[in-house]
Amino acid sequence: MIKEKSLLEIKNLHVSVDDDIKILNGINLTIKLGEIHVIMGPNGSGKSTLANVLSGRPGYNIDKGEIIFKGEDITSQDPEIRARNGMFLAFQYPMELPGVRTWQFLKSSVDAIRLHNELPELKIKEFDKLLEEKKEIVEMNSELLKRSVNEGFSGGEKKRNEILQLSLLNPTFAMLDETDSGLDIDALQIVAKGVKNYHNNNNSVMLVTHYQRILNHLSPDYIHVLMDGKIVKSGDKSLSLELESKGYEWIRESILKQS
Amino acid sequence: MANQKIISRNTKLEDNQYKWGFELDIDSETAPKGINPEIIKFISKKKKEPEWMYEWRMKAYNHWIKKGDSEPTWANIKYPKINYQDIIYYAAPKSNDSAPQSLDDVDPELITAFNKLGIPLEEQKKLTGVAVDAVLDSVSVATTYKDMLKKAGVIFCSMSEAIQNHPELVKKYLGSVVPYSDNFFATLNSAAFTDGSFVYVPPKVRCPIELMTYFRINQEDSGQFERTLIIADEGSYVSYLEGCTAPMRKTSQLHAAVVELVALKDAEIKYSTLQNWYPGNKDGEGGVYNFVTKRGICKGQNSKISWTQVETGSAITWKYPSVILQGDNSIGEFYSVALVNNFQQADTGTKMIHVGKNTKSTIIAKGISAGKAQNTYRGQVKVLPTAKNAKNFTQCDSLLIGDKCGAHTIPYIEVNNPTAQMGHEATTSKVNDDQLFYLQQRGISLEEANYMIINGFCRGIFKELPFEFAMEASQLLKVSLEGTVG
Ligand SMILES: Nc1ncnc2c1ncn2[C@@H]1O[C@H](COP(=O)(O)OP(=O)(O)O)[C@@H](O)[C@H]1O
Ligand SMILES: [Mg+2]
Repeated sequence: MIKEKSLLEIKNLHVSVDDDIKILNGINLTIKLGEIHVIMGPNGSGKSTLANVLSGRPGYNIDKGEIIFKGEDITSQDPEIRARNGMFLAFQYPMELPGVRTWQFLKSSVDAIRLHNELPELKIKEFDKLLEEKKEIVEMNSELLKRSVNEGFSGGEKKRNEILQLSLLNPTFAMLDETDSGLDIDALQIVAKGVKNYHNNNNSVMLVTHYQRILNHLSPDYIHVLMDGKIVKSGDKSLSLELESKGYEWIRESILKQS
Repeated sequence: MANQKIISRNTKLEDNQYKWGFELDIDSETAPKGINPEIIKFISKKKKEPEWMYEWRMKAYNHWIKKGDSEPTWANIKYPKINYQDIIYYAAPKSNDSAPQSLDDVDPELITAFNKLGIPLEEQKKLTGVAVDAVLDSVSVATTYKDMLKKAGVIFCSMSEAIQNHPELVKKYLGSVVPYSDNFFATLNSAAFTDGSFVYVPPKVRCPIELMTYFRINQEDSGQFERTLIIADEGSYVSYLEGCTAPMRKTSQLHAAVVELVALKDAEIKYSTLQNWYPGNKDGEGGVYNFVTKRGICKGQNSKISWTQVETGSAITWKYPSVILQGDNSIGEFYSVALVNNFQQADTGTKMIHVGKNTKSTIIAKGISAGKAQNTYRGQVKVLPTAKNAKNFTQCDSLLIGDKCGAHTIPYIEVNNPTAQMGHEATTSKVNDDQLFYLQQRGISLEEANYMIINGFCRGIFKELPFEFAMEASQLLKVSLEGTVG
């Protein structure tokens, strides 16, 4: 595929919750195939909301704007359809699913996406082979796969489980919501390796993070700063270094000065 | 024919239809409605029972009459008053001539239900009573198993046959765990039971296969008043499975069974139930009233009784499989999933009575409520003064689907020995939107996501079931919840 083709277009997106609490106030963003976009910004600025809304999580009102994915307006599409069409979200707080075996969960999900693409469900042996290969990448302990999804997993294990799913499902568009938060150096390396391994010219990444350190392992094309539900500044990798040393206040101040 | 054993509470009782002392024709296929000494004599004669059995039935009957209108009222269930004289207590088994010759002759609704459950064709034929000679394979299979059991010395037959062929065992144990005077429904059952299963496993024998009975109300073969008795002699083991299905009927049906289990020294009984009696329709019409008394006694040291039940059917379930832990070091277990939907009501749980030293009981009860249904867990743990170092752990989890249903947990704990250790945990939860979204984000449909979470909720119970049964249980949940989730 050509690198120039835009995979995702977010046009003037306004999002609120319940009682007219406005969270996103006009987001514009275009992500092309092969690109890595990084979203940074203070806590509560709307980063997770953006990822949630893109993936179709219920509970948000889209007041204005549209989301175009692979040339199709998906603004009101069901989340499972978006997922089957190649949209993936690595959750900031992955849910625990008591009694649902991790193995079963992973297989159901791989099969659901395969069926959508008119491929047959994987035979148990085929799936096990695929799983064996992918779990090496994130150095996932086989014992964990026998447990219920995320139940009793440490924070780091949960995040690695998200990356395992990313590798298994191989989506066209991956959103990673603070997957690098709360990880020790080793776990961070593993997660970064997983993302690197996944990323190529035929897919795109939207990475939400607070830290520069994961960016050292990847080569982001753009850094965007989200504040109060708006992208207030975009730049290249150097912007993330600047943010790490100076924080966000200087941006707020410079915006205030401008207006 | 097929409807004759169905209890219709909609038809009015014709007064004085039967008179005391009226001699019934022993050749008639069906008893007239109602219960009285003549009917009991009729049933007993039909079954060619010995005198002692008839006398036992009559003792029960007299007790039932003496106690009068003493239907239990403490359970959290509501139903219109049952007219016990408006019930047919005996209908002869269908002869093979009138049995359906192929599945084409069977109620298509039933076939649809079986297909949804994924029950294989051959099994469907057996369940619907399609003439056995049409099912050549299963005839030979059944004979192979019979030989295997015979070699092992295991007796597995109908209660009627046991009364004829093993009277010493029946006399010794029938009513020894659930006496005829136990409760209203058990007393009625003792007077009027028509059939059921009997199992005896001799000392030191591990029953080589899982024994199974499929009860069905659509057929005349087994009654609404079955009586089951299982005896595991010293050092033996048996796993017994019970499946219940019934086709849809517009009127309600009464089912009042009694099950007694006796585990002698070092013996173990595992009793699993998949109960899927017709639950009534979406408006709450019809369905089975399932008033069942199930109790086991761990009579000898180191014995173990384990009840596992998956209850998805019946309009009303009133059922408390219990264990009397008499032998020292004996173990009682109760694993239950009770699912109610639409207008179903379930008041179910267990009783663990600790008598012996170092006795241990585990109760894990999972209740799922959907629609407008009400689900009550009612459990009693009683530690007698003799039960030194008794241990119990109870866990009750309720899952609510929608906001018009209810879940209630009523534990009774009575401890009369200070060395007892009791643990109780209870949770109530809803299928969580965030969990559903997590699954959907991975491409799984909302409906499938719901099933995965509900199945997960039941996993601890399902793993206690034999594998095929666990698969069927999970399918049952799916069918029972169709249209309520997703
Ligand atoms: N469902 C919701 N209901 C109410 N407020 C919400 C909801 N989701 C997010 N918010 C609020 O929106 C703001 C942005 O949240 P979030 O997107 O999680 O921020 P970030 O991920 O950047 O830390 C916060 O003030 C948060 O409290
Ligand atoms: Mg966030």
